[in-house]
Amino acid sequence: MAMNFILIFVAAVLTENAAFTYLLGMCPFISLSKSLRTASGMGAAVIFVITLTAIINWPIYHLILVPLGSELIYYIVFIIVIAGTVQLVEMIMEKFFPVLQAAFGIFLPLITVNCTVLAVSLFMVIKEYSYLQSVIYAFGIAVGWIIAIVIVAAINEKLELVGAMPKGMKGPGIIMVTAGILALSFLGFSGMV
Amino acid sequence: MAESKSVKTIMNGIWRDHPVFSMLLGICSALAVSNKIENAIAMGAGVTFVLLATGIIISLLRKIIPKQVRMIVYMITIASFVIIVDRVLKAYFPEISDSIGPYVGLIITNCIIMGRAEGFYVANNLGQSFLDALSNGFAYTYTLVAVAAVRELLGFGTLLGFQVMPDFMPRWVVMSMAPGAFFVLGTLIWITKTISGQTED
Repeated sequence: MAMNFILIFVAAVLTENAAFTYLLGMCPFISLSKSLRTASGMGAAVIFVITLTAIINWPIYHLILVPLGSELIYYIVFIIVIAGTVQLVEMIMEKFFPVLQAAFGIFLPLITVNCTVLAVSLFMVIKEYSYLQSVIYAFGIAVGWIIAIVIVAAINEKLELVGAMPKGMKGPGIIMVTAGILALSFLGFSGMV
Repeated sequence: MAESKSVKTIMNGIWRDHPVFSMLLGICSALAVSNKIENAIAMGAGVTFVLLATGIIISLLRKIIPKQVRMIVYMITIASFVIIVDRVLKAYFPEISDSIGPYVGLIITNCIIMGRAEGFYVANNLGQSFLDALSNGFAYTYTLVAVAAVRELLGFGTLLGFQVMPDFMPRWVVMSMAPGAFFVLGTLIWITKTISGQTED
């Protein structure tokens, strides 16, 4: 049983890496991976929100939508839960953890449109995971995404110093290519689980 | 005068403020579903439909929607139309629906739609919003198809399912997987940035 959970976690972090295999959360990926600091700040906010929304969305889908026979509207329900959670987290942080708020508060509103969050909720329905499996899967996906964005940001910080680069390639272009090479190396993990 | 404004709206949509290349919006789906041209066309059509519908609804309701809850209103509008797209794909194009699966749901978080709703539809009338939605949808679709054409040709040796490359050419499998998506889109961004001269310094 415990083995099963470990497998789901490792698969979510490495072999099914959200950024490099499923290509999720690319908008913040491109715009934030210019410095290591913002990348890790965003990462911390993402891990929190993804796990929290999985905890909330699973019971809503399986205990409310399925018995009522209204699975059709789950897109609307999930996105409202996500937007609500983000708002709530923002308010709680503002009131009780002003230091944390200052550190990654600005990234919170952006998370609503980070497709990783919605994708985790959709995938956990498609894969028919149990409650505990879903939460672990969500946490794993978030960790995988952070690993990806932090690696790319760290490489990109060094790339800024490179002088000889075509002008048009600077910025998003080179981030894409860096991510592509990293995605290639992450292919090496496939078959591990 | 009205004519020139419309032309400007269209030109901004399909080239100057190109949603993917210069604004870097909607990258997720541009990368994820661009391994085959048919998937790209289906995704492009879906996004264009949602853009048009959202544009019409938001620009008509823009004076009624309270400012504080506008984000939620956009989200619900977009999500409702995405459900329609999802159902239509499942009913009429089951194979395409299977292969792009959850990415249809992710149209909701496609930042192009949110971006246009917040940046354009709330401030413009029905006609302008309609044109803007149409040109942005078209720009998104042709980008997806361009990326997909390269990837399908190199990865599967086909175009729209028809064999194009001769048999002795090896299939470049990586192109049909995630890394290929990054390389092709990265290169396209490079090319368009060089042509349009919008470089970052």
